[in-house]
Amino acid sequence: MVEGVGGLYDSSALGPEGGEVQSISSGWRLALREFMANRLAVFGLGVLVFFVLFCFVGPLIYHTNQSSFNPLITDLPPGGSYPLGTDEHGFDELGRIMAGGQTALEIGFFASAIATVLGTLWGAIAGLVGGIVDGVMMRFVDVLLSIPFLFIVLVLATKFSATVLAESLLLGLFSWLVPARLVRGEVLTLRTRDFVLAARVMGSGNRRIILRHLIPNALSVVIVNITFQVADAILALAYLGFLGFGVQYPTASWGDMLGNAQSYVSEGYWWLVYPVGGCLVAVVLAANLVGDALRDAFDVRLRRR
Amino acid sequence: MIGYVIRRLIMAVIVTIGIAAITFLMLHYLSPSPVYDVLGAKAQPAAVVSWNKLHGYDRPEIAQFFSYLGNLVRLNFGYSYKLDQSVSALFQENAGRSAYLSGAALVLSLVIAIPLGIAQAVKRNSVGDYAVTALNFTLYSMPSFFLGLILIQFLALDWHVFPPIVSDSVTTTWQAFIHPLQLTLPIVTLAAINVASFSRYMRSSALDNLAQDYIRLARAKGLAERTVLFRHLLRNACLPMITLVGLSIPTLLAGNLLIEVLFNYPGLGLLFYNALQTLDYNILLAYTVLAGILTVLGNLIADVAIAAADPRVRLA
Repeated sequence: MVEGVGGLYDSSALGPEGGEVQSISSGWRLALREFMANRLAVFGLGVLVFFVLFCFVGPLIYHTNQSSFNPLITDLPPGGSYPLGTDEHGFDELGRIMAGGQTALEIGFFASAIATVLGTLWGAIAGLVGGIVDGVMMRFVDVLLSIPFLFIVLVLATKFSATVLAESLLLGLFSWLVPARLVRGEVLTLRTRDFVLAARVMGSGNRRIILRHLIPNALSVVIVNITFQVADAILALAYLGFLGFGVQYPTASWGDMLGNAQSYVSEGYWWLVYPVGGCLVAVVLAANLVGDALRDAFDVRLRRR
Repeated sequence: MIGYVIRRLIMAVIVTIGIAAITFLMLHYLSPSPVYDVLGAKAQPAAVVSWNKLHGYDRPEIAQFFSYLGNLVRLNFGYSYKLDQSVSALFQENAGRSAYLSGAALVLSLVIAIPLGIAQAVKRNSVGDYAVTALNFTLYSMPSFFLGLILIQFLALDWHVFPPIVSDSVTTTWQAFIHPLQLTLPIVTLAAINVASFSRYMRSSALDNLAQDYIRLARAKGLAERTVLFRHLLRNACLPMITLVGLSIPTLLAGNLLIEVLFNYPGLGLLFYNALQTLDYNILLAYTVLAGILTVLGNLIADVAIAAADPRVRLA
């Protein structure tokens, strides 16, 4: 879908039909201004940027051994050459947090991308086609929404090998339901607008109407949801890791690092619990703050100017 | 009103059948037949075929689905061959303890969140409001088990106020009830996570209502602020909480799972967790379908309750 949206900004030989998003319009600029005026949101964005740099650029500067087990230096407290100590496998904890953050962020973004594409298409098709198709598609969403997400994901996690790709697919394939509902709701109000009628009169098919008219106009709802999706996926990954169904060792992930947190706490290995937990909470909190601010920024009714 | 309830009821039945279909498909593909659990992993092929035939596992999928559905209607959730017990019996044994944990957490979170949300709305944009909002945001972004760990660290390991895990001697719901210290940390952890989301909604609902004319009228009549807040505002501002509590059942069940594992409290969540370790799909999917049914019931009850409490919903 990302490519599809990029394509929308190309100058088409046909020219605009009206209602198409031709360039970053003033509505977007207004939303951006509103967003930047929200100090908490800018702070949240800063935290996210910091963690992306910390996790992906950090290991290039701070070199640690994260692949081979070293029994001589297990569970060392912070200090000396290990600023955050070492874990039970003798890995440097600070380096481990960086590596685990990469996994968490990758899975968070990838899972939310899957969920967003799937949910947007599902909701747009259901909303535009309407009638019995809409009924069946949305009842399917109701059914999946009624089964607690964590349960279905855990049951399936018993069967699939826990790679980054598999975990992203697993989380993404069961979290597109909310975006599907949101986009459908948006499409229901958009589809009777004149520009959609005009496009139809000019002979546009459903495919073109969905991809070039409905989705671009419903994009604000989708973008707001992406940030919440990232936060939720990172949290879900933490739950999976805590219950022992995280990414396979030796790949590090914040969730898995907290898998033995209970015994660390009782043995007093606080450095294996609070730094990584703090990073996790900070990223999820930052994503939630950004999401909230985006929602307010796109909500015309809340706009001050 | 009756027409609305009937429409909602039909929808709930359809969704429940859909939930059963999905769990049946998952069970069918993850663990087509429990034959190897019964006869052992090295069972003779002929014995496997005849066992499957005897127990109906050779029938077409659709026939198997209808007997699955029929069993669910009779509250027969299948049989755990690994624990050699019917799943319904296991549920009965554990449900009380889980219900106590969830119920106490839910009541506690409402008792805290409702006054807190109203107080935040009345003192909006004050330092206290910002502090509570910040705390709520943090709690909301925190994995429940991490909050539990922090509480264990301080209240159990450092200050020895509460036990770090629920003692093995707590085997019945009654014992859980009469030993409140044992369950304080699990209940508080679950409640804190709920308070974070409930009080956010409560605050915005109270803010909406404070701007309404009926509040202005009540104040203009010269009613004491306390009467305005507790007799006029409270009832109206609480309406969205009905829906919210109904919708919070999946979160509550998932929270139960994590908290029961963390505190080693024997309820449905711990049963599910242990079944994950032994790959006991009959328990796993039975609890999944039960959770789905509870969610549908929660939504149904919330929808009917809100329609009963708020005439505007009925007209819509």
